[in-house]
Amino acid sequence: MTMTPHSSPSESSSSGSAASNALAAEASEHAEKPAAKVEREGREIKLEAVRAFYGDLEAVKGVDLDFRANEVTAMIGPSGCGKSTLVRCINRMHEEIPGARAEGRITIDGEDLYGAEVDVVSVRRAVGMVFQKPNPFPTMSIFDNVAAGVRLSGMKGGKLKERVERSLRGAGLWEEVKDRLDMPGVGLSGGQQQRLCIARTIAVEPEVILMDEPCSALDPIATLKVEELIAELKASYTIVVVTHNMQQAARVADRTAFMLTGEMVEVAPTEQIFTNPSDERTEQYVTGKFG
Amino acid sequence: MSALSAVSPRRRRTDQAARAALGAGAAIALVPLVLVIFYLMKKGLPAWSWHFFTSDPTGSFLGDAGGIRSAIVGTLVLVAVAAAMSIPAGVGVALYLVEYGKAKRFAGLIRYLVDVMTGVPSIVFGLFVYTVLVITSIGGGFAAWKGSLALALLMLPVVTRSAEVVLNLVPDSLREAALALGAPRWRVIFRVVLPSALPGLVTGSLLAVARAAGETAPLLFTAFAVFGLSVDPSQEINSLPVQIFNDARQPRDVIVTRAWGAALTLVLLILITTVVARLATRRSRIA
Repeated sequence: MTMTPHSSPSESSSSGSAASNALAAEASEHAEKPAAKVEREGREIKLEAVRAFYGDLEAVKGVDLDFRANEVTAMIGPSGCGKSTLVRCINRMHEEIPGARAEGRITIDGEDLYGAEVDVVSVRRAVGMVFQKPNPFPTMSIFDNVAAGVRLSGMKGGKLKERVERSLRGAGLWEEVKDRLDMPGVGLSGGQQQRLCIARTIAVEPEVILMDEPCSALDPIATLKVEELIAELKASYTIVVVTHNMQQAARVADRTAFMLTGEMVEVAPTEQIFTNPSDERTEQYVTGKFG
Repeated sequence: MSALSAVSPRRRRTDQAARAALGAGAAIALVPLVLVIFYLMKKGLPAWSWHFFTSDPTGSFLGDAGGIRSAIVGTLVLVAVAAAMSIPAGVGVALYLVEYGKAKRFAGLIRYLVDVMTGVPSIVFGLFVYTVLVITSIGGGFAAWKGSLALALLMLPVVTRSAEVVLNLVPDSLREAALALGAPRWRVIFRVVLPSALPGLVTGSLLAVARAAGETAPLLFTAFAVFGLSVDPSQEINSLPVQIFNDARQPRDVIVTRAWGAALTLVLLILITTVVARLATRRSRIA
């Protein structure tokens, strides 16, 4: 069984040493940005000695990591390093794969996500997820796709229309689709579909949003829009972004975590990871020496 | 000498011979089909009339033989009840196999049994129902619903196998998306998986219906046959295949002609079902 179904190894080795200077410049620019305003307290996630397996294969080998509230944390690392797997442990999607299991402790504001009493459905309502490939429901309209998050999780409709509008506005898609809410969701462009999926996720009003390479299937313009959206969303949510694209990590993340062969190598403020990493392997990776 | 040369005469001849052989093969395969349709039209069309479709067989040896109204209605009732029994069960089994069973050993056993069931001759299902339900006089002797049950057993593996294929075509990314939104699995199945697969499920079910509609053997000793019009599943009921079977053995020309007319009607009904099934496939967004 393969661990990360995406991308060839060559994809992640795109940034040469020339690019790393630009990266550093970008990172320091990022550091000067004023701290984002907080509209709603996100929640903190704590990973302690998390290990994840596919059958006998250990994909994540004991990771300790904190995701701070109202911050964007980027997960970087070469293909197959376990970053997607680790993230999928946080909303317990990892265990949906036959033969897969996870060990260790993951808490959200102190509550254990893997507690014996915990309903996995409630975990996924608290921890939303956006996938690599936009995956709107093909049988549903734009409106229903956003409402699906609410209906599927069994919440009462109530002010469904308001909530759909608020979610679409939140995902920066409202102005583009407000006149065709009853058209099929799959009729939108790739970037719009991905923002529709983000709208669908925030319609459930989670505490945390996990994004598993949300822009890898999008063109640069659509990527920019999603990145701007991520920057806005952190006012209300704790956000984790898995990415192959180091420039993207530099652009959107407050903190960046570097993983290698299932282990957490280094976690630090983003500008430090890209300018002054403490681990040699991190430096080699961010300067494009391997990966 | 030029690097390019003309096609050699030998290769040209071989090519022509091979094309001719394949074309002849295709033509030979078409002959019986064309003949069947030709004879059906030639012998069946003269039997068609308003009277033919609006009257029941009289059963009298002289005078008006009557039409096939009760047979058409009976076939529709039989097949509808059979579909109501087999489609929910078949789709349910397929859902278990795709959503829960997956690669488990028990699921493999079910798949194997379904395959075996596909190969069971239809008369065996008739015999089974006859032995278990008719001889024992459970709910009376012959009854339409017992015929439907025999047909349902026949349809079940077809429905199950086609539904399994279609459900497997629903991308896992949709299931993941729904699960990640915090949907319980049953709601994922009813709100996302089944609607996405619906056109394919309709197609598979209709093809099973089309197959069952033409079956004679299971009905002979379960639903039996009466002349009069009946829509009551607990009573004996007429049907097109059994009517054809009985009429074709009669000495009177007018009744044999009625068999041809009924056969043409049956083929037309099955053709309509198949066309509807095709239209449903065209609506599919996933395959």
